Amino acid sequence: MRARLTSPQALEKLRAEIAGRRDPEKPVLSICAGTGCVAYGSLKLADAVREEVEKRGLGDKLEVRINGCHGFCERGPLVLCHPHGFFYQRVQPSDVGEILEQSILAGQPIERLQYVDPVTGARAVKQQDVGFYKHQMRVLLEYNGWIDPTSIEDYIAVGGYAALAKALSTMKPEEVLDAIYKSGLRGRGGGGFPAGVKWKECRNAPAPDGVRYIIANGDEGDPGAFMDRSLMEGNPHLVIEGMILGAYAIAHPGHPVGYIYVRNEYPLAVERLGLALEKARELGLLGEKILGTDFGFDIQINRGGGAFVCGESTALMASIEGFVGEPRAKHIHTVVQGLYNKPTNLNNVETWANVPLILTRGVDWFTSIGTGDVSKDPWGGSKGTKIFALVGKVNNTGLVEVPMGKTLREIIFDIGGGIRDGRQFKAVQTGGPSGGCLPASHLDMPVDFDRLTEAGSMMGSGGMIVMDDSTCMVDVARYFLHFLADESCGKCVTCREGLKHLCKIVDRICAGQGREGDLELLDEISLTVEKASLCALGQTAPNPLRSTMRYFRDEYVAHIRDHKCPAKVCKALITFGINDKCTGCMVCARNCPTGAITGERKKLHVIDQSKCIRCGVCQEVCKFDAVDVA
Amino acid sequence: MDLAKVDRIVDKYQGSPAALLPILQDIQAQENWLPREALQRVADKLQVPLTRVYGMATFFRAFSLKPRGKHICTVCMGTACHVRGAPKLVEKIERDMKIRAGETTPDLEFTLETVNCVGACALGPLVILDGTYHGNITSAKLDKVLKGIGRTK
Repeated sequence: MRARLTSPQALEKLRAEIAGRRDPEKPVLSICAGTGCVAYGSLKLADAVREEVEKRGLGDKLEVRINGCHGFCERGPLVLCHPHGFFYQRVQPSDVGEILEQSILAGQPIERLQYVDPVTGARAVKQQDVGFYKHQMRVLLEYNGWIDPTSIEDYIAVGGYAALAKALSTMKPEEVLDAIYKSGLRGRGGGGFPAGVKWKECRNAPAPDGVRYIIANGDEGDPGAFMDRSLMEGNPHLVIEGMILGAYAIAHPGHPVGYIYVRNEYPLAVERLGLALEKARELGLLGEKILGTDFGFDIQINRGGGAFVCGESTALMASIEGFVGEPRAKHIHTVVQGLYNKPTNLNNVETWANVPLILTRGVDWFTSIGTGDVSKDPWGGSKGTKIFALVGKVNNTGLVEVPMGKTLREIIFDIGGGIRDGRQFKAVQTGGPSGGCLPASHLDMPVDFDRLTEAGSMMGSGGMIVMDDSTCMVDVARYFLHFLADESCGKCVTCREGLKHLCKIVDRICAGQGREGDLELLDEISLTVEKASLCALGQTAPNPLRSTMRYFRDEYVAHIRDHKCPAKVCKALITFGINDKCTGCMVCARNCPTGAITGERKKLHVIDQSKCIRCGVCQEVCKFDAVDVA
Repeated sequence: MDLAKVDRIVDKYQGSPAALLPILQDIQAQENWLPREALQRVADKLQVPLTRVYGMATFFRAFSLKPRGKHICTVCMGTACHVRGAPKLVEKIERDMKIRAGETTPDLEFTLETVNCVGACALGPLVILDGTYHGNITSAKLDKVLKGIGRTK
């Protein structure tokens, strides 16, 4: 165990000592162990690397680092070879020997493992040559592909905790707060509320016993969003440092108490954060007398219980107190009376991660990125970068960090590489279940908090789900309505009952039993749910429905009036049939779960519509493109 | 279940009612579900009404009030998986195993669950069987995966 650091200078000394011990020319093999790559087998790959290194006695020739998410999930498992920066994708354990010999020892790239641009055919030698990375601005994720998240030394080596040292040695709490206020940093969890305003209110709220709670919201519940997870798993100290700075700015001198609330489905994040907290405590970066000053703060981890509504601040706080996660009315804001009725400042994980960067690189650096002008009003623009999870029917699925104000087209086509299987772009869903679906006419819209809201969607936590012409927009609305009806805590009648009825009506439309007047009824109920629900879950719940009704009304009309699903998704409105490309191979008949397909070998098969349950298995197994959907 | 185990878990949190959620999580992690007598014991030890414990146990998705199977199959129902055909996978498993999502086969061998997103969207649609992720699943691949635990239709 290392001794506690007793001054900011001691931290700088440690940093110099770590740098002195490390040879910048020594090869480092970085293996991505984000969720995507792990699912592709990157841990087995890591084992193979360790084994080969041992076998060849290369232990002192290179360093093997297991990182958090590198971002380009589509092409996992990903490997980076430093110091040359070679970027390899879809790496298998059988490639390990060659990588060690060629790239690590001989310093040569291996063409076979490089990424080839599907459009230009160009080979990418380094990460920056890949289109997916080239158009990004990776600030928060910069070190995800470099540091080992279990090593505090790695974080310190890249300048970690320098912002804390700077703040504690040269800045008053008010000055730290002022920097965040002037930076215009807005909440990355979805609402986009300026962090500086929140911090100030919390600092100014009366706290007779000095206790103020500092919470990181890592209950990332939006389906299709995993940026907070990647920060918590890939660079946990960045989040922790942000929280310590926040505690200093908001509650010093006083008794700040910290919580990180992590989603139940993220066990690895819990583990990594737990380890990081332990190491920070050991070094005296958490606990009493941080870096030898009179400032003290500690953080504990709370696991969520798998309830989407707990991403809402008051529900989250209720859950920490050991009650069901029901939101409460915020007549008195949580910054004044939050957790245990004490002043509480809650920010999203990504918001916290921005704090150290703003302090080390400066407010001017931060405000030079993004849209609008925040010099007079923190609501005046969207500053800094935002991480998006680019998923769905897009070629390059992954985590994307871009400056605020990039257009949807740049994100989906330049970075995302366009739509899969050569299909047509239809919509992009942003903001999770509270957001909306934007059509092709909005592709050139710059993405920031205010533009997205104007267009009837929202930033949300940054999920960006791309949909193509085979996606039915009514079905998408139905999906979100059912999601929200399931996750509604049930406290407000409008949310509990309103969503249920919206589901019923949309279910009916998808079943081909839509009626004239349904759309007007949907509008009316939506408005009631929106206006009369207590928390953001209910208030924004109709967004996916309303945005699809606004931009894809013709699809609703096709379902209701013509009993047709143009995307051929809604089961009640489609039929499967076999065309004359059928070779009579009998595979579909064998796989049909209801025995609806008949036909002799080498003869055209037929589907009995009365038995067909439209499961689509025949179409999936047919190798001759002989199954049609009409 | 052995109630001494419950006592040990509650004691670990100094018997604080604020720790109700982690206490239930720990019991579920040990038993795979929340037996009634465990809930009763937690209520007694924490001196809170059983309704509050029951409320927590039914409010949060992570908890199960029924025994779960030896094998747990979770289908990701995130948006990205949804648009890539996850509902078809659930329907297929429901058909083959003759249970609905959230249920367990009568022999207590197999439980089918859904999750709102596990953040591995590049691999969608995605099925997690006993903690192992299987990505880009088709119905044929699903058969193969389930065969691995000796389950066929």
